[in-house]
Order: sequence, then structure tokens, then C-alpha cells
Amino acid sequence: MEYVLKNGIVYDPKNNIDGEQMDIFIKDNKIVDKVSNNAKILDITGKLVMPGGVDLHSHIAGPKLSIGRLYRPEDIRRGIKPATKNDISGFEAGFSLPTCPTIGYRYTKMGYTTVTEAAVPPLEAKHAHEEINSIPNLDIPTLTLFGNNWFMLKYVKENRLDDLTYFISKWLKLAKGYGIKIVNPCGSEAWGWGKNVDGLDDPEPHWGVTGREVITSLTKVNERLGLPHSVHVHTNDLGHPGNYLTTLETFDCVKDIKKNKNVDRNQVMHCTHIQFHAYKGTSWRDVSSGATELINYINKNEHLTCDIGQITFDETTTMTADAPMEYDLFRLTGLKWANKDIEVETSSGLIPSIYSKHAPVSVLQWAVGLEFFMGVKNPWKIVLTTDSPNAGPFIRYPKIISWIMSQEKLQDMLDNEVHNWATKRTDLGTYDREYSWNDIAIITRASPAKILGLNDRGHLGVGAKADISVYDIDVDNFDPTLKSNSETLENKLLNSMYTIKDGEILVKDGNIVKLVKSNHIWCNINGLEKEEEQLINRIKPEFNKYYTIKYENYGVNDHYIKPETRLNINYGGVSNENN
Amino acid sequence: METPITDYDEEVKNCSCSYCGNNCDDITYLLKNNNIVGVRHACRIGASKIINDQDQRLLNPMVRNEEGLLEETTWDEALDKTAKLLYESTRPVLYGWGETSVEAIKKGIKIAELSGSVIDNQSTICHGSTIQAFQNVGHPVMTLGEVKNRADVIIYVGTNPMDDHPRHLSRYTTFPEGFFRRNGRNDRTVITLDPKFTNTAKVSDEWIQFNMNEDYLLFNALRTILRGETIEENEIAGVPVEQLNKLINIMKNAEYGALFFGLGVSQTLAKQKNVDVLIQLIEDLNRYSKWSMLPMRGFFNVSGFNIALTSETGYPYGVDFSRGYPRFMVGETTTIDLLNRREPDFFMAISADPGVQFPGYSIQHLTQIPTVQIDTHWGPYTELSDIVLPSTRVGVETEGTAYRMDSIPLFMKKVIDKPENCHSDEWILTELYKRVETLKNGDEN
Repeated sequence: MEYVLKNGIVYDPKNNIDGEQMDIFIKDNKIVDKVSNNAKILDITGKLVMPGGVDLHSHIAGPKLSIGRLYRPEDIRRGIKPATKNDISGFEAGFSLPTCPTIGYRYTKMGYTTVTEAAVPPLEAKHAHEEINSIPNLDIPTLTLFGNNWFMLKYVKENRLDDLTYFISKWLKLAKGYGIKIVNPCGSEAWGWGKNVDGLDDPEPHWGVTGREVITSLTKVNERLGLPHSVHVHTNDLGHPGNYLTTLETFDCVKDIKKNKNVDRNQVMHCTHIQFHAYKGTSWRDVSSGATELINYINKNEHLTCDIGQITFDETTTMTADAPMEYDLFRLTGLKWANKDIEVETSSGLIPSIYSKHAPVSVLQWAVGLEFFMGVKNPWKIVLTTDSPNAGPFIRYPKIISWIMSQEKLQDMLDNEVHNWATKRTDLGTYDREYSWNDIAIITRASPAKILGLNDRGHLGVGAKADISVYDIDVDNFDPTLKSNSETLENKLLNSMYTIKDGEILVKDGNIVKLVKSNHIWCNINGLEKEEEQLINRIKPEFNKYYTIKYENYGVNDHYIKPETRLNINYGGVSNENN
Repeated sequence: METPITDYDEEVKNCSCSYCGNNCDDITYLLKNNNIVGVRHACRIGASKIINDQDQRLLNPMVRNEEGLLEETTWDEALDKTAKLLYESTRPVLYGWGETSVEAIKKGIKIAELSGSVIDNQSTICHGSTIQAFQNVGHPVMTLGEVKNRADVIIYVGTNPMDDHPRHLSRYTTFPEGFFRRNGRNDRTVITLDPKFTNTAKVSDEWIQFNMNEDYLLFNALRTILRGETIEENEIAGVPVEQLNKLINIMKNAEYGALFFGLGVSQTLAKQKNVDVLIQLIEDLNRYSKWSMLPMRGFFNVSGFNIALTSETGYPYGVDFSRGYPRFMVGETTTIDLLNRREPDFFMAISADPGVQFPGYSIQHLTQIPTVQIDTHWGPYTELSDIVLPSTRVGVETEGTAYRMDSIPLFMKKVIDKPENCHSDEWILTELYKRVETLKNGDEN
């Protein structure tokens, strides 16, 4: 199929196109420089055009989601929308915990085409991939949890980086994973005994290994392997006042590790939901923002990137492999607590959370997130996320965009809507930055694609995947900096005019017109097969002692990953794609 | 002593057992001429279920004739008839699903949505009340390997795995060597709380007998003691308070504690309230030590149904599609309540036998309405059914996903060929979906 998107106003930061009126040509699933006369013309004169949205950190499939839905029917009821006759999608259900099909519908309508599931324990990877099969219309890489894995801890303890390299390579194959995720390294394992670790250098009670050792070892291995994405780190001490120091130390501990020269990204570490890791003080009474120090570090250094985890003032559900933190929250709030510990690999916890405009702590967290948006000078170093659903559900992205594009709107919130901690205990009031459409295209498309190492998307150059979103916004006649426009802006961004993925129109005028199966994206490392086999032969007896399922039944078989995009990575970092 | 089986021509290893929520995945099937002649590693019940597959097997589709007898027919006729009955009904119920694959369950959910049915499973009469409690107060659970590797205190309440989940203690919790429990059973304290002296109580270090239906009182007393308050009575629910004090002391000082509970808690007098307070006890205990819990799930994929249904519809069981979108309200959209109100006018059971499982008053209504069975074996419900669709056995004749009681997914193998005229649940439901869709489209055009 061939299309011409005619006369749209295009924002394609990677190719330095900043709001030019131009045509975009699509042939089959790629962007091309010309098409035949048979091409279908879509007249989008003056409308906002960007590459398809890329989310590099969201929670959309896997055991945590299942537990969340199971224990919060009240959340499901909040999002009920019956199917309508003029839309081919079915009913929607759920607000912070939408059903699998609903997740696909809502992301697609927002113009997103790639969404990363950021935390999958390998033991339950089949489950995550099975849920992905019920989510339509997206490309989905999954990040595999390694930060508390016993084999990893053992290799780090004994300083066996070679074995750790083979282990990670093999385990990504078994879990059909895209990259390495680290969550509260050593802390989630300590939760096996009801404990946590305090900071980067507090050893885990049994293994004696520290978060610092885990993070630096896995970063080294990541660069050795040449994975397209860097390590993806949820640092220790999430949500604890005073934690900004731990975060700074975490930033710094990988500073001297060399990036693999064959990969396209700049960073060796991506720090996720940075907002939750940026507090000063000793308790929730004397807490204040630690964002400025972290922002200064990020502005001065090139080896790390981050996403925000922006609070959105909603009743939502928090869920994380940082299980001890969730128990702390339970003790603090008394709301219903869910916990799921997963043998050998990780633990996880859930608790509902109500972020209120009138609650000092919620407002502080909200303002800290916005400080990062305002303070990090280079937008290629940050990504818009809510750590969905932790700080708020992903359908709030457009609302956040309306805040950061309009100083008038933000100032009005500070003056009239939110508790005064936002101005008293953070530096948010000192900024006067407004994001341009080009900046928005960077933090929602170009930057996450680059950070993930997915070079075929996040831009509209010839040869890129034909993933495009068009919004019914007349760029020249619409002023996003006006407070009075913020609601319109949000609605337009929630309901795209066109969402095109792989050259197929999936959304037209805010309605889903086509459903396709989501694509499982994973990294297959070539060149270590012999070493992996030897490793497996050695560890099988241990495996069968620790786990309660057999090694032979452990991996995700092909049954669960159709269709797939297998990124074949030659050990050391040269890749070619194989669908 | 039984003599070992030597007369086989093939071994298939690492198969998953399709009996209980343990889903043991280390089973070896012994085959001869495409028949299973022996099973290794499985418990007696699992082995018997895997081997004795041809007894009373349903082999051909059947429809009840005018004389009231089941008569063999073609697949087309049986499926057409089922589709028509389902399509013409106003309050259909699709019940069962505990012993089929998630792949088939997902097809079932699609049919429910298309036909405006209620879709429900065995948890409605088993651990449904447990799920209600999770919805009320929380859900602190773990995988079984956490127990094997770490637990030094294990408590079974109102459940008897030695008889119902025979390999639970030997493979997962009490007896095996765990990473931090090198001496297996010797490193663990096992306590059973049960009104009856069960085989599980027999292998426990301590059996605490309490009065039937007084669970709520008992668990509340334990919470009270844990809070440091004094109980003035000498005994609670028939248990001396001194014994309860001792128990709490053991629980508080555990390095890692695991509590398992069964229908003996979820289906006695206070139902989900029992589980509410039990969960709160576990939550409280985490202040002092590490504790997790898990309900003992029965069929091998009853947990998989809850997971698949929540993924697709948001609710775990008893989902009503009569308005086109999912609704869930215990007592309103749950099978037994619907049957007791005489609401359903069509009832299809898939890999379940309501004839065995349901109370008599509910079964009475089933004799008054069109009933369809999709299953592998003849059972009481077959006698009630108007249409019988013979299916295949997941993990033996058909591959597919099942979730263990702790939600670990397993991909179950196909090992032998199915009987010629049987079809998998997934195939049957796909065919049924197509037929209902055709009827619906025909009417709408």
C-alpha cells in the first residue's frame, strides 16, 4: 500500500525538521522518498505530524498487572466504556489497570506505536508475552529483571564477569527479553527476609553483595554484549526522603564504564522514573526537592539519560519489583497491599495510591517531576513517562504536555490549584521554560527511540518504519502556550487524527479502524552459543534445586511470540534485524 | 509391591500433570503404540488421571433425541444446534474452564462477549470468596520456590494437601532441600490448623484442632495476641489460649513463614471474612518477620482462568456480558445465584461437571433448560446434557498454557494423538464462535 501524507506540519527532530510543511511518502511499511501515482493521498494540510510515539517505560503486561486487576475491581469499573457501532475496537475497562485490549486501544489512539514493558521476571515471561498477545497494535520490547537474580548475585560476588555475560545472553533468549532491568538491586532480594538495603553500599544480608557492585557489573556486561539499550536502572531507596544522594552516587558509579562503540545510543545507564529518586530531607515532614542537584549532574554529564515518572494527580495503582518499598507504603497508608515474591529472581509489591492536589507530599512529587522537565537542558536526555500506572496512567501524557507547553497554565496551577509545598519546597517556581512542539517530539519520540537503541523509529527519515501520528491541531493557528487551550490540546492528543503503524492506518479521526497483533521485540545475541551451553550444563543442578519448575520448561517458546522482531546482535554489538 | 513397567517403547520427559494446582512439570510419560502405559514421578491421583484416559471417554458428538436418549451425530449438526440455542437464549451461562488451556479460555471469553453470556468458573464455588477477600484487604503471595528455598515455618489451615495435592509437601514446601534449608524437613516447623485430624496433620509437628465454623474467631484471636493484647477467655474456638500464644510466638520468630489455606477456610461459615482476617494476620506478621500466603487451588488451570479473565475483562470470575461490556457482582452475576433465581435459559459447561459440583437446588434448574457439555469423559452432567461435544485432554492430547496455583505459567505438551472424532476445546469453541457470529450477522443485515 502506498500513501502520501500531504502538507502536514512535520516535527522530526532526528532529521532536523522543525515544523516544516511537507509531504511524507509511505510504501508498504517504510517511509520512502517517492511513491507511484497509485498512492492514496491523505490531505492533512496544516496538521501536526510526528513520528509514532515511543514509550520506553510502562507497565502493561505480566504478573504485577494480573495481581493489580485481580485485587482492584474498583479500578476496572472506573474505565468502563461500551463498544460502539462505528468503532471496530471492543469495550474498554480499567483506569490505572486497563484490560489488555484497552491498553492497545488507548495507546494507539494517543498516536503511540511502541511501548516497552519495563519489568518482566523471566519465570513469568510466558505470562507477559501471553498478555502482549491480547494487546493490539503496538511494538512491545520487554525488559528482563536481573537486579536481584541469584545467579547474577553469585557471579558478582565471585567476580565472574564472563559467566555473568553468558548468563545474561542466555537468559534474554529464554525470556525473549530486550534488555537488562535492575530494580532496587539487592533490596528486593533482602525482602525475601522482610528486609531492605539502605543505599548503594549496604550489602544484601546473605550474599554480601552491594547495589553498587550489581549495577557496575551489569553495566559492564551490557556494554560487552553490545545490547542496543543500556542498563535500565530503578535505583535503591525509591521514595525515601534523602534518597537524592543515593541517586547521585548511582549516576556516578558507572561514569567510567566505556560505552560499546558499536551502539548508537550515548548513555551507559538509563535511570528510570527519576522523580521518585530525588528527595532531600530525613522524613516526609522535612522533605524537600533534591532535583536541582540531580539536574546539574545530568546537564554536566553525557553517560546517562532518564525518564520522569511524572505525578498526575490521580487515584492510581503503584506496582514495582521494589517490594520492600511497597510494604513501607502499606504501613504508611493502610491501603490494601499486594505482594508477590518470585523465587530466585525478584519480589514485587502493589498498593493503590491517591495523589491529591491538596496533599503536600503528592504536590511535592508532582513539582519535582516538573523540575526535571524544566531543568534538564538537553531534551535528548529525558523522556516523558508516568511510570504508568505508578505515578499516573499513561492516558495522562497529553495532560502533562499541556502543562509543560504552557507557563501560563503551570503558573495558574501553582497559584490557584496545588498545595504551597510546590513553591515552598521546590525550585519549580523559578523556571519559565515552555516546550515547543519540537521538544515534545523529542521527549516522546526521538529521544526514547534513541535511548532504547531502536534506530528504525522515532524519526521520519527515508527507510524508517512508517510509524506516524497526525493530530487534528492546526499548528499555525493554535497556541499551546495559552492556558485556555490546555483542555483542547489534551483532547486532541488523546484522540489522534491518524495513527499509522508499519504503513497501515490504525486510527482515523479518533476511532480505531484496524487491529493488528502486537509485535514482540527481543534481542538475540549471536556468538556465545558454545559458552552459553557450557554454562547451562554447569548450572542445571543448581537451577533444579532453586526453582520449582524444570529448566526444560522454563523458557518462553515460540508459541507465545508471534509475530516477533528478533534483533540479531553479534556479540560485541553489531546488529541486523530479522522479522 | 507393584512391578515396574518395562513394556514401553518411548519416554517423554518433563511433562506437566493435568490434575491439581501443583502442575508438577517433571512427569515422564511411558508410551507404547501411541498409548500412555505408565507414568513416572506423578502422585497416585495424577498418574491415575493421566493413564486411565479411555474409561468412559466421550468419543463422538451426541444430541438428545425425542425419546430423551443421547444419540451420536455429526460435528456440524451438534455445533449448529449449540450455536442456535446459545444465540437464541437471553441469559446464557458458560461455566467451567478449570481443566482446559488458557488458549481455549480466551476463545470462550470471546464467545461470551459475542453472545452476551455470563462466563464463570469453578472459583465461584471454591476460592471465589478468597478472591473477594483479596479485593477487600490485599494479596500478599509468593511462588512455591520461595517456600522451598526459605521457609522455616509452614502452616496449613483448613486444607489437606497430603490427600488433595499429594506432592505439595514433597516437591514444593516441606520435604525438599531448599537453598537456605539444606536439611529439608529437619529445618522446618510444620503446623496444621484444622478441625479434623488429616494426613497433613499427621506429618506436621503440631496439629491445632479448632471448632468447625469458628475460623473467624480463631484468626481474630491470633491477630489480637500478635498486637500484644491479652485475651481473657481460657480458650478460643476450642483451642487453649496458651497454645495460641505459643503459635504466635513461633510465627513472630520465623525467618520466613508461609501459610497455605484451603476451602476449609474459604467455604466455612464466615466465608470471605475468614480469609480477610487471615490476610490481615499475614500483613501484621510482616512487621516482625517475613510472611506470605497462598490459597490451595484445585484444578490444574483454575488459576489460569482467573488470570486470563482479568487480563481480558478486568474481573476474575462471574463476568456478565449481557450489556456488551463486562460486569461483576458476587451474588448477582455468579453461577449458583443465577441458577437459584432460575435466570439462565442456556447452560454450557466446559471441562467441568456441575452434576458433581453444584447443590441440588441449582441442578434442578439445569434439567429445565438447554444444556451443553464440552468435556472428555462421561459424568453426571452428561446425563443432564442435551448436546455433548467430546474434547481432548490438555497436556496429553493437546498443547496449551496452564497456570499453577502460584500463577507460574507452564506450557503443557501434546504427547499422544487424540481419539479420532474428538476435538480440542480451542477448536470446538472457535467453530462455535464462527457459527454464532454468522447467526448474528445474518440477523443484523
